[in-house]
Amino acid sequence: MTLLTVENAHTYYGKIHALKGISLTVEEGEIVTLIGGNGAGKTTTLNTITGIVPTAEGRILLNGDDITHTPAHEIVSKGVVQSPEGRKIFTRLTVRENLEIGAYQRNDSAGIARDMAYVFERFPRLKEREKQLGGTLSGGEQQMLAMGRALMASPRILLLDEPSMGLAPLLVAAIFDVITYLNRENGTTILLVEQNAAMALIVANRGYVLQSGRITHADDADALRNDPTVIEAYLGGH
Amino acid sequence: MSKGSRAVRFRGGGLGLFIQSPLHIVGTAFLLFLVYVAVSNIAAGDYTLRQFLQNLIFGLAQGSIYSLIALGYTLVYGILFMINFAHGEVFTAGAYSGFFTMYTFAQSGFLQENTLIAILLTFLSGTIASVMVAVALERVAYRPLRNAPRLVPLITAIGASITLQQLYLRLFGASARRFPDINLYILPDVFTDLECRVVDGVEQCLGMDIIGGIYPVEIFGIALRLRPISFIVFFGALFIMWALWMFIQKTKTGRAMRAVAEDKSTSALMGINVDRVIVTTFILGGALAGAGAVLFVIIPGNGQVNPLMGFFPGIKAFTAAVIGGIGNVPGAMFGGLFLGVAESVGPSLLGISNQLRDVISFGLLVLVLIFRPTGFFGEVLSEKKV
Repeated sequence: MTLLTVENAHTYYGKIHALKGISLTVEEGEIVTLIGGNGAGKTTTLNTITGIVPTAEGRILLNGDDITHTPAHEIVSKGVVQSPEGRKIFTRLTVRENLEIGAYQRNDSAGIARDMAYVFERFPRLKEREKQLGGTLSGGEQQMLAMGRALMASPRILLLDEPSMGLAPLLVAAIFDVITYLNRENGTTILLVEQNAAMALIVANRGYVLQSGRITHADDADALRNDPTVIEAYLGGH
Repeated sequence: MSKGSRAVRFRGGGLGLFIQSPLHIVGTAFLLFLVYVAVSNIAAGDYTLRQFLQNLIFGLAQGSIYSLIALGYTLVYGILFMINFAHGEVFTAGAYSGFFTMYTFAQSGFLQENTLIAILLTFLSGTIASVMVAVALERVAYRPLRNAPRLVPLITAIGASITLQQLYLRLFGASARRFPDINLYILPDVFTDLECRVVDGVEQCLGMDIIGGIYPVEIFGIALRLRPISFIVFFGALFIMWALWMFIQKTKTGRAMRAVAEDKSTSALMGINVDRVIVTTFILGGALAGAGAVLFVIIPGNGQVNPLMGFFPGIKAFTAAVIGGIGNVPGAMFGGLFLGVAESVGPSLLGISNQLRDVISFGLLVLVLIFRPTGFFGEVLSEKKV
């Protein structure tokens, strides 16, 4: 079943035409990745879906319902949750408070407590630092917190923006482990934006390649991994 | 560090830590002059402990009201990075609403019969009026400019302030209205020798008048004359501030306020309705200003209500917020108390006229801005905020 559909979306930043007609679909239970160079429009695509930037033209459908002009905070309550680029954790809130903010739209205190316990089990470092301010965490810990915070929203579809950016290789592997785990065990649908295209195409079912605000390739992840132009441009040749 | 400041450092000698720019010399000289005048006054015996205690207690009461208003400035600044210059007029709205409520009660005799209830209802009406004005301001004057450059809402705030002043002037007239005298007697069995009068040949004692009364008290052999209202205002304001602190720290909405203050777009991604949090902030600021306004007019001697009355408490509270570090909640609480005490204790300590207390307040502001531009509790502004 198609969970998320973007139809011919156009987005502008002032006079800059950032998205020039993006169309993509994400099926329930899939991991779909968006790859592309800097400024290709990957983050803008996520921001357009979650209503952070307005869609100038085109439609965004969630489960068939039009959410194109729904305010950002209401889109969250429909189960579409974005973990923004650069982690963007709240530095002046404690680790626990950051996680509680993730669950802001929820009212099921039992479910929230269960998910909190799950996050702490998954990331023991966060448990150790529960009462510390977010700003005192290391980069890797902040990324774990950002993932944990997104989990606390109990999303149907999680939009992850560069979760591995700036992390040591070992941590990158750990983050991708969590992504796979979430998808397999929790059934969370994931739309993954990654600079690290090689890793992304390993965990993903399908992928889209973005270039200058347009989709240039759309295929199964395996096919994209073997596509000569994709290899040339995004997988470092060979 | 520039060449100039190194030279200054040399001349500054032992004060080197203090002096880092030419402006600091002026500030230090001014500060030393104030200390000199104060010390010589004390040495000459022109200033007594009695005066100090008397002024301190009055200053704490006045200062706690400044704190309540200052919190309104600081809360809004913390979230929108703008100074709500119309906040003084939010205060005025509370004072007028409180006045009309209390005046009606005084005329009808309800005040004399159910004094405590009348006072509580006056607080309620003052708070509601201030909240309504604060929310209207946000909706009409600030929200449409949410994405405008930062100077624009600042100009609008000044415009809104003048508009409200003129509105009050037309609605309520230019003349000052006197807040009714209130007497609330408590514990006639304990204070058997207070407020006694002869009615029909029989002496009757009513107990302590905790609002209108002023009584001689001896502390450590120092004879003081104190008003119980000073303590009520001080502790009442402290209680309100404690409640605010708990709200910000412990509730879900308080947590959302802190998140929005740090990063609006990420807060929206977490499902927080940013506009609603901003309105909540204005509601809190308005409620504090309204409660502060009623506390202010209830103090005997302050009891004049007029259309421009919000200007001075407003500008003082703004000063207090800046002294404490604008955007910082404990800073605003501290700044208000500090300013209240300084302008109450200052004039007699320096041997100058009480009329000059405003000079002391703003002089202190200049000193704080010279030595610690971010205020006592302020953090260095991050680039994102600037």
